[in-house]
Amino acid sequence: MSNLRGNKVRNAVFAIVGLIAMLVSSLTLLALIAALAMDGSSRFSSHFFFSFPSRFPEEAGILSAWVGTSLVMLVTACTAIPLGIAAAVYLEEYGSKNWLTDLIEINIANLAGVPSIVYGLMALGLFVYQFHWGSSILTAGLTLALLILPMVIITTREAIRTVPPSIREAAFALGASKWQTVHDHVLPYSLGGILTGLIIALSRAIGESAPLMTIGALSFVAFLPHPPLQQEFPFLSFQWLMDPFAALPIQTFNWISRPQEEFHLNAAAAGLVLLGMTLAMNALAITVRARFRKRLQW
Amino acid sequence: MGTRVPLLDLSHEAGLRTLSQAMTGERTLRRIREWAIEKILLLAALVSIAITAGIVGLLLYESLVFFQSVSIVDFFTDTQWTPLFADAHYGILPLVAGTLVTTAIALLVALPLGTVTAVYLSEYASPRVGEVMKPFLELLSAVPTVVYGYFALLFVTPVLQKIFPALPGFNMLSAGLVIGIMIVPYISSMSEDAMRAVPMHVREGSYAMGATCFQTAFRAIIPSALSGIAAAYVLGISRAIGETMVVAIAAGMQPTLTWNPTQPAETMTAYIVQVSMGDLPHGSIGYQTIFVTGLMLFLMTLVFNIAGHILKKRLRRTA
Repeated sequence: MSNLRGNKVRNAVFAIVGLIAMLVSSLTLLALIAALAMDGSSRFSSHFFFSFPSRFPEEAGILSAWVGTSLVMLVTACTAIPLGIAAAVYLEEYGSKNWLTDLIEINIANLAGVPSIVYGLMALGLFVYQFHWGSSILTAGLTLALLILPMVIITTREAIRTVPPSIREAAFALGASKWQTVHDHVLPYSLGGILTGLIIALSRAIGESAPLMTIGALSFVAFLPHPPLQQEFPFLSFQWLMDPFAALPIQTFNWISRPQEEFHLNAAAAGLVLLGMTLAMNALAITVRARFRKRLQW
Repeated sequence: MGTRVPLLDLSHEAGLRTLSQAMTGERTLRRIREWAIEKILLLAALVSIAITAGIVGLLLYESLVFFQSVSIVDFFTDTQWTPLFADAHYGILPLVAGTLVTTAIALLVALPLGTVTAVYLSEYASPRVGEVMKPFLELLSAVPTVVYGYFALLFVTPVLQKIFPALPGFNMLSAGLVIGIMIVPYISSMSEDAMRAVPMHVREGSYAMGATCFQTAFRAIIPSALSGIAAAYVLGISRAIGETMVVAIAAGMQPTLTWNPTQPAETMTAYIVQVSMGDLPHGSIGYQTIFVTGLMLFLMTLVFNIAGHILKKRLRRTA
């Protein structure tokens, strides 16, 4: 009988332990957000968003940082999204099970776990010194693209896998080719899952600083890259790809590592902007997932 | 496309013949297009192999050049890492020790928290609670690492200093604690998925024997989900080893050989960041040291990544 009671007590105790464990993690997250908000919000002003960094903490801003981050993310998205989806479609729909697909699969699983700074080292050796692209927006964008590529492939494959085989069989039965089946049926039906994965992957890339530090990102940039749009023909310019850049995480790191406490407030404000961006993207991903799940019922 | 057997043989009519010729032409075109698309997709899939080849090739190449001027025995036995000083020592041990200490602290936090959370969400909590808590906890892995660095240096360390006044401003303890919180969702999410994949009849069988929730979780569910949980642990360890910004910000950047977590130290990742912040000429020995360090890092995580992949695959087969 006492054994039975012991079991019940252990059961109840564990329920409390579980709750505490969840509370510890959630409260840490809340403490982090609160700490940043308390330190950083005093810096929020249009001046902060539209000024270059400066030696004087009150005058410094994040203009070059968020412009740089946006352009880098543009390159990253344009590279990682098509490449990742194409690779995932090949592995799920085309590739037969053989040594090559096995190799690609284990390779992707490993790449997903390679520390981000190692990607930075590869980019330093390859893009910066072999291809002579320097510490440019192009180098940074491609580095982050390679970094999130495994994640894009893995989540896209999972999304494609949720489309039941009967959909494919129905398309084939009507005479659709493989590509028509994929393009007109499989991809549209898995769009929700694919989008969710893409948004989360891009939110990871936005916050990455280590690989950008390795390729030699500047921490003090008081100018903007060339504008991508111009007034004369051909209106589009790609000169910005080769420009040096600043980025929000690098700017944040730079301010954290200064001894003056005034700069720490700037760091908190920049970190808050960064955190806001990633949390907003994650919220968007959750909404997209929920909406598509509701719409599609097999 | 095999030979087509016409239902009605009307091919003597000229008009139909051209029509069927046009169709064959279109078919060839379609076949070519399908072939080309498949090859393009294959190329995209092969990019991942190229990335690995690029990483391994570069790390190995620079490391080989490095080991032409530094003996490999010194590299593993020297207890000093001062590659940029006049009296240069190239002993990787201090960096490895820093990495191991911060990783160990992180795991002391993340493994219990993550496992308990996973058991709670999968076996105790109502599905509604799980639906809210799981994405919320996953936000922990969405926070940029540089923000965690700020948190470790300017929030956790001051709090710890209130408890241990002797704690230096840079220390491995607060960096490790924060990394631990950061990787909780990696461990809890994947472990929970593994526990949920355990068939319902295992649970029902256990309850039918009069077991409590606790006994069911620890005697029936966890043993069945073991390979998935192990995969979660292993991938979490790999994450902790490779974490960079938190240690670069909060643990200090002095490569001292110490196992004491209250001391400042430098990890392998932090060393790479530190060197990158300076302006080392391409091809110098200082430049090569970051690739050697990167190779060590790559190899250490490789072991865990492959193990995690195999464990995960085994889980999929049994579930």
